[in-house]
Amino acid sequence: MERSGASSVQLPSDPMSAVLDSYGGSHPRQGRRAYCPSGECLVQVRNLRFSHGDRLIFDGVDMDIARGQVTAVMGPSGTGKTTLLKLISGQLRPAAGTVEVEGEDVHRLSRGDLYRLRTRMGMLFQSGALLTDLNVFENVAYPLREHSGLPESMIRKLVLMKLEAVGLRGARELLPGELSGGMARRVALARAVALDPMMIMYDEPFTGQDPISLGVLVTLIRQLNDASRLSSIVVSHDVRETLSIADYVYIIADGKVMTQGTPDEVMSDPSAWVSQFVRGLPDGPVHFHYPAPALERDFLERGL
Amino acid sequence: MNARKIEILVGAFMAAGLVALFFLAMKVSNLSAVSTGDGYRLTARFDNVGSLKVKAPVSMAGVRVGRVEAIAFDKKAYEAVVTLHIDESYDTIPADTYANIFTAGLLGEQYIGLDPGAEEVFLVDGDQIVHTQSALVLEQMIGQFLFSKAEEGTQ
Amino acid sequence: MLDFLARLGRGGLGSLERLGRGHLLLISMLAGLPALVARPRLLVVQVFNVGVLSVLIVTVSGLFVGMVLALQGFYILSRFGAAESLGVMVAASLVRELGPVVAALLVAGRAGSALTAEIGLMKATEQLSGLEMMAVDPVKRILTPRLFGGFVAMPVLVALFSAVGVVGGYFVGVGLLGVDDGAFWSQMQAKIDLHEDLVNGVIKSLVFGFVVTWIALFQGYDATPTSAGVSRATTRTVVHSSLAVLGLDFVLTALMYGE
Repeated sequence: MERSGASSVQLPSDPMSAVLDSYGGSHPRQGRRAYCPSGECLVQVRNLRFSHGDRLIFDGVDMDIARGQVTAVMGPSGTGKTTLLKLISGQLRPAAGTVEVEGEDVHRLSRGDLYRLRTRMGMLFQSGALLTDLNVFENVAYPLREHSGLPESMIRKLVLMKLEAVGLRGARELLPGELSGGMARRVALARAVALDPMMIMYDEPFTGQDPISLGVLVTLIRQLNDASRLSSIVVSHDVRETLSIADYVYIIADGKVMTQGTPDEVMSDPSAWVSQFVRGLPDGPVHFHYPAPALERDFLERGL
Repeated sequence: MNARKIEILVGAFMAAGLVALFFLAMKVSNLSAVSTGDGYRLTARFDNVGSLKVKAPVSMAGVRVGRVEAIAFDKKAYEAVVTLHIDESYDTIPADTYANIFTAGLLGEQYIGLDPGAEEVFLVDGDQIVHTQSALVLEQMIGQFLFSKAEEGTQ
Repeated sequence: MLDFLARLGRGGLGSLERLGRGHLLLISMLAGLPALVARPRLLVVQVFNVGVLSVLIVTVSGLFVGMVLALQGFYILSRFGAAESLGVMVAASLVRELGPVVAALLVAGRAGSALTAEIGLMKATEQLSGLEMMAVDPVKRILTPRLFGGFVAMPVLVALFSAVGVVGGYFVGVGLLGVDDGAFWSQMQAKIDLHEDLVNGVIKSLVFGFVVTWIALFQGYDATPTSAGVSRATTRTVVHSSLAVLGLDFVLTALMYGE
């Protein structure tokens, strides 16, 4: 544990500078950009800049999401990982930079085209985001009834198939209020794949799950990806689970991509900050102690 | 709550609302008393209409036979010209009828009272009621009263 | 001092911003009308939520208001020997003013706050985002039916309020206080005009229904997606729509009954 020596306050170290420090200047992997040759990239993010109020969330982020793979986007809480998903799906507009999905600039699309694109993207929200006044069956059937134009008998079969894939066919009459968190997420997953999208985005799927649900979700994500040849983007800060199924990893902090690579590459990244993050060490470039004056001063002086 | 139940309740709700509206229209408002629009018009000229208003009732022997349709001002003769709308069922108003402006009750809405004459010729659409009596103005009455009292005093 | 002015300015700008957002939302909601006509079932459900579920509070309140009007009116009119005009007094007060205004205030409290909470919670649990991601416009699908549901339900509720109030006034006036039965109704029928009073009352109820529902939906849609944010939004709905109803009532009354 580090402590400040003198009575001056030590500022929290900026992870970027910590990383740079450990290399005496530049990160060897920073120069690496397009990981997938063009044409195989499903999503290409270039120079993304986004602020919320006066807080700069993304400052020139470049990312490539390859087809048919599970790409993980990780980072500390509050770095804007959910915001990234919303930027990719067009729910938010960046201040600068482009997001291209299948070669089309998402933020230049017309409303109708954007909605058409969204029918081919599925998203699993952190809370499931099921419609509370519809039961499980109705929730999964919702996108089918809206967009597929299929007859009700076909929809019924499709819904049951999707529910079977997540193991909840028997729960079809339950209301979202009657489901546990893990079950709600599985139903939301069934709904997200209802229209057989080309890509699914998972927003913190592992947060707050018990071990069994966790295992179920992890398996489902990987299996769905491979069985239907989907592309998945998993946003999470659960290192162990995410790295166990990811094909490629991006770690974002402070508005920039800190490092990227396969799970093995990331685990063996020499930078101290990345090492602290992936191993979950309590102290390192990100300090344990919140900045405070010297301990002696606090105990010897009166008052707050 | 299943869909059918909701629909039935909404239907009952709208029906109850219509019934309430109907009740208000029929029992509470003057819908039943509003003239059907069929009738004829008469004019009458007054020196002073007081506070007579459009839509004020026109009565004969205390029975409402019509309404005041319009009140206009004649710039040349400096008179008020009142257009009366009389229901068509009351078509036996003699030509020498008097049209007076009376006040109903203490808190006084003013209305036109028709006092039938004796002629056998009846008024038809467009006719004018010749004999009129203007509204009583309180100040004038007091003035007259004081004047007559003063006269009495000097005699 | 400068700080105070700066905060005032920021607050003012914030209010203007919210006003603008509210109007933009209104335009989006109105644009959803064609889609609503194609799915009348959504409207029916919303008329149920706003209208049918408010029937109890509206009719009970109407009954009590009518009864109190008769009670108070009797004592005042008796002093002038004008107790026979009780019917007119009760009916005129209800149909012209109390019906539209009080019913609107009650609906703002009961249905308006429920709408705000519902929409705010949908926002907080990401259901609105979820709908967007499923390529369904949440404004047209969720908000538009509710706007028109309130618009349709309000005149019905006002009619119920006024009618029940008159009946309540009748029971107290004629039944309890001994006003003449015939005089009660006949004076009322003579003096309450269909166009002047009833139609104006209906117009008021339409305007109030529209404004109350609009405010409720906007506050829910604009709420901060946390539980504290939703409860603040609910409070704002009741306050803003009550003030709006009273303010609009003044304007409408002046327009309708002024010379």
